[in-house]
Order: sequence, then C-alpha cells, then structure tokens
Amino acid sequence: MYRYDGYDQRLVEERAEQFADQVRRYRLGEIGEDEFKQLRLRNGLYLQRHAYMLRVAIPYGLLSSHQMRGLAHIARRYDRGYGHFTTRQNIQFNWPELDDVPDILRALAKVEMHAIQTSGNVVRNITADHLAGSAGDEIADPRPYCELLRQWSTLHPEFSWLPRKFKIAITGATSDRAAIQLHDIGLQLIEDSAGGLGFKVWVGGGMGRMPVIAKVLREFLPREHLLSYLESILRVYNLQGRRDNIHRARIKILVNSLGIQRFRELVEAEWRHTRASALAVGDAEFRRMQAFFANPDYQQGRSTQAFDKQLASNPLFADWFRHNTREHKVSGYSIVTVSLKTPGVPPGDISAEQMDGLADLADRYSFGEIRASHDQNLVLADVAVADLPELWKSLVNMKLATANVGTLNDMICCPGLDFCSLANAGTLDVAARVNEKFEQLDYLYDLGNVQLKISGCMNACGHHHVGHIGILGVDKRGEEWYQFTLGGSAGNAPALGQRLGAAIAKNRVVQALGDILEVYLARREEGEEFVETVQRIGITPFKERVYGNHSRSTHQRELLAACA
Amino acid sequence: MEIIHDRRISESYWRHVPDGLLADALSDRPSDAIVVALADWRGQKAALRRRPGPLGVRLGAGDDLDDILDDLESFDVVAIAFANATEGRGYTQARRLRERYGYGGEIRAVGDVSRDRLAFMERCGFNAFELPGDARLRDALDAFGEISDVYQPGADAQPTIASRRA
Repeated sequence: MYRYDGYDQRLVEERAEQFADQVRRYRLGEIGEDEFKQLRLRNGLYLQRHAYMLRVAIPYGLLSSHQMRGLAHIARRYDRGYGHFTTRQNIQFNWPELDDVPDILRALAKVEMHAIQTSGNVVRNITADHLAGSAGDEIADPRPYCELLRQWSTLHPEFSWLPRKFKIAITGATSDRAAIQLHDIGLQLIEDSAGGLGFKVWVGGGMGRMPVIAKVLREFLPREHLLSYLESILRVYNLQGRRDNIHRARIKILVNSLGIQRFRELVEAEWRHTRASALAVGDAEFRRMQAFFANPDYQQGRSTQAFDKQLASNPLFADWFRHNTREHKVSGYSIVTVSLKTPGVPPGDISAEQMDGLADLADRYSFGEIRASHDQNLVLADVAVADLPELWKSLVNMKLATANVGTLNDMICCPGLDFCSLANAGTLDVAARVNEKFEQLDYLYDLGNVQLKISGCMNACGHHHVGHIGILGVDKRGEEWYQFTLGGSAGNAPALGQRLGAAIAKNRVVQALGDILEVYLARREEGEEFVETVQRIGITPFKERVYGNHSRSTHQRELLAACA
Repeated sequence: MEIIHDRRISESYWRHVPDGLLADALSDRPSDAIVVALADWRGQKAALRRRPGPLGVRLGAGDDLDDILDDLESFDVVAIAFANATEGRGYTQARRLRERYGYGGEIRAVGDVSRDRLAFMERCGFNAFELPGDARLRDALDAFGEISDVYQPGADAQPTIASRRA
C-alpha cells in the first residue's frame, strides 16, 4: 500500500499543528463560531447531537494493521472504546473532546493518517472498489489513481470552498462495487482500442434528497490527463454551481440544468487551457504509484486438507465460508469479509479490542492489510485458503464471524437520530429490530441477496435510494415514521428504488418488511433474486400486501395519532 | 489602512469607490488611487482613462473576467470581493487572471477576508489582502508558513511535491 514519504508526513504533522492553533485562537475568541465551524469541518470535526464527532479519512478504504492499532488507541484513549465505519470507507469517533482533537490528529499523523477534508464543501475522501487488486475482474488496479487524486485534492487552494461537498469514486473492475454512478464524479478504468489505459468519466450522480444517476461525460480520457480534466470539471462547477440554496448546490443540479451536452462543452473549453499544464502525469509517476500496490508475495502449493475437512464436517464454518468469503484472483487464496453486522451491535461499529485483534489477524493471514467497504464491513483481501479454518476460529472468538454477508442483516445503516443532528428518525433501533425479527440464518439464506439500506434523513447517508429495500426515516410532527422504497440497486446498471406508499409507523416497520419478503418468497421464480422479482412483477403486489394487510381505518387512526 | 502586501504589512493608499458612487470620485482629488466597481468601469471607461490617478477595478464573485480582458493593462489593482467566508469563486477568478491571462499587477482580496484562508488565496494568485480593522495582521503573517509543501500546481511559483520527488 502507499507509504508516506517525508513530504506527506510533514504535511499531516503541520496540519495537526495548524488545527491546534485554530482551536487555541477559537478558545481565545479570536475566531468566531461561524468561521471556526468551517475550519473544524475541514478537519472532519462535526458538532452532533450530544458531542463532537471526528471522521477520519481512510483513503480508498485501505488500512495497514499498524494504522488499525492506531485507530484502536484513539478509540480507547479519546473515545468510549469503539469506532464506527461509514458508507464512505471512513471511520468516525463519536465522543471526542474538542481540546483533545489536536492530539488525536497528531496520533493519526504518527500512523500516516489524517482527517483532512472528511467534511466541508471540498473534495472528500476518494472511494474505490474495496476488492481492488484482489478481485478477478479487474482491468487495472484503481488505487494508484486514487492516491494521485488524494494528493491532488488535499488542501487544493482553488477548490476548498466549493458550492457543496464533492465525492469521487473509482473502479478498475468490470463489475462496479464502488457505486461510481452515484458520485459527483465516477471514474471507470478502461482500455482504448490501442490498449492505452484511461477512464470513462461520469458526472453528476448522487443520492441525497434528489437522487440522480450520473451521466457519461467522456467515453475515454487518457490517464495522463486525469488531473487536468478533473480540475476543469471542478472549475466549471466552482464558478457556476449554485450557492444560493444548499439543496440545489451539488454538481448534479448544475449538470441537469445546463444539460450534459452544454456542461461537456464548458469542461472541454476549460480543459483546452489546462491539459498541457503541469497537471499532466507522466509514466514515471504512474510507475512510482503502481509500485506501492504491487501484488503481495502469494504462496503456492500449500495443502488445503484441513480446510477441506472443516468444510465437509463443520456446518458453521461452511456457512461462513459460503457467505463471508469470495473468490480471489489467485488460486489458493480467498477474500474474506469480516462482518460488522453482528446482531445486537450497530452496523459498522467495532470495539478497540476487535480492532487490535483484527490487526493481528491481518498480520498473520493477510499481508498486514485491511480494507473498509462501503457497505460497512471490513475485508481481509488476501487470505490463503489453507489459513481459513484458523482465521475463522479467531474471528468467532472475537465475535466477528457472523455468517450474514450479503443477507438482509448485512444492512447499510447511518447513525440516525441517536447521534446525528440532521437525522429525522432513529435507524439503529430499526436495524436492531430487523436483526431480532430475522435472526434465523436459514431464513436469511433462503432469502438470498437482499440489500437493505436505512437512512435517518433525506441526506441518504444510508444509501436507501439504491437499496433493494430502502428505508428512509421521516419526521411526522415529532414522531418517527419510515418510507419504504423497493427495487433500487447500485452497480453497473444502477436504479433508484420506487416508493412503496405512505410512510409507516415505527412499530410496523418490521411487520412491513416481513410482508415484503413473504411476497417475494411466494412469487419468486427458480433462482430469482429479490430485486429481480421486484423488477419482474412491479411493486404493486408488495404494496397491496403491506397496505392491504393493514386496514385503512388502522392506518388512518395512526395518522391521526401522529398529527395529534 | 494597513494591509498585507507581498507577505508584509504595509499602508495602502488605494481608496475604494463604493458601487455607483463614481461621479464624485471623478471630480474629486483626481490623482488619488481609486478602485472602482466593474459596472462603474464599464459605464465610465473614457473618463476613468483620462483621470491621472492610478486605477483599480473591483470584481464581485459573479462577475465575468471576460469583461475586463481587453482592459487589463489599465489596472494597477484587480480587487476581488468575497461576500462571505464560504465564497469560493474568487479563487478561480484569481487563478485565471494570473495563469491564463498573465495579469502581473496586484490582485487584492477584499470583503470577507480572514487569516485562515490567506494561504489558499495566495496560492491562487492573490498578493494583497485587506483584513478587517480588528485583525491581528502580524499574527496573520504566520498563516503563510503553516503548511510547507503543496501537492498541486497553482498560480504561485512554489514547486509541487511531485516535482520535488522527481
């Protein structure tokens, strides 16, 4: 993975000292409240419902074991002993004290990490396929390009005060696992007919209160122009994006109002001036970056006898192997997903002890690296099949081996009303109720791949628009209600979910979910996944079941109660 | 007033003529250095050119640089106004002025300008900064040295980290 040199290291150290001085001046009253807010946000520090929250960047989701131990130390020393992995491959600490944050940033710098631009109207953490480098369907590893973009966007002098936040995602695989079409800019590594490497560039995707699937801006961008072309896009956006209304300020609104053709003309006109600039990246720099992400030293020829025996004789191990591992590009290796969806624990949460334990396992079994995925799990991406039984035993002991990856319970969920000051409704308790109701693994396995995504407000941090089943928390006169959508999906052919009907009261959410799943089980055809059934039969049968089961009069009573 | 100019504290003799109040300025003290709003420049180009005193123009965030491209040599100062702390268009305007149009005169940040944005502004081509009256200018000079190295090329001459690695 990428390692800091002296320049990178000094920058994050100086950034920590800069923030320490900003906190000092804020405490002295030399910086006003509004201005300090902007400064702290650019270091990932939010003021939430109960306390500050610090969001730490995990560039493209990649962590070393050493870094994971650094995060564990921060969780223990400055927080309440745990952290929360987010849908943008970052980690959040929910309870830091403002005056400790400079020390936390110093501690992060010691392990080559930072919280730069994890919030604010800036280019945010660059996200990527969490299987980069290990999946078999890759045209090129996206991580060298992610790191180039991380450096280019870090403290960018021109784009630190954009109209709104800006998210970039990259995939190098044929199967998009980074939801690139739901980002402000999506980049897909492809080859042109001459075998040259470059990007298909998408623009103007996003979730939030107005979900939009991105449009193709350029079919092929030679890789040497990556930075100059992105700078041109950002420049057009910086000048022309709306600043008068926060809900109309994302680039998707600009692209829609200008039309993709006009937007493209503006970008290309800008690019004519910048493409020959110092932003062009030469082959030597690509080679330098690629060297950081070279294949680890895969071992061949190890006996898998113990593995084969476990698989045949231990159904618990077999379930875990079937659901929580996937095929690696190298035979004899496996990609292991560490589920952070243990029932009873908020999705994405992990304790300091688990972080330390996982760091040890990464050292022993996966070349010392760990990835954070956008579905709030962790991944050990390079595990020898022969080591799987031992790894599984250790994960079981750490309560990190719940064999539910890809099932309904492997849900994405934002922190909701329990923490977030933007939220309209709780999400963690809904997730807990879903876990309690659908705890039988055999039932979950029979349901197959069902992606449940829960957001506590329209900002859609829980990606509900692209959930096979999406649940959006809404506030109805001080009560928590939930709006269902069906049939959304991320990936190569993304779709936005269709609204099922009126919002549902909290105490009926689990019942409604059960109704939806029963319609699927009754109507599915052989081998058909949930989302395919929704596509085939439409949402009406689901709607009739959910709302028909529940008499109109009861529904009206609940509405009246909510309005009272 | 005291401003920061080329990383030093210095006295500025430029007088800002408020938007639309050009008539008085044209008859009064003709050798004063004045900065006028873009709209006033457009309306009174000939009279302003006849005036003996030095001239600057003031752009708002929404103003189009193309409007002054042919006149750039008329201005000793281009002032770019920030209406609030989160206004970001001025950074792009300054870079275009320096990098694309080769403007070599003073680019001055006016309006809502504060210490913690100075370094970004300087990298975009600003070299003069009007801070609020109660700002600690001497402390503010420290802003330029907080982060030593830069990843991206800007309007300044600072070599990027990538170029130093090569």
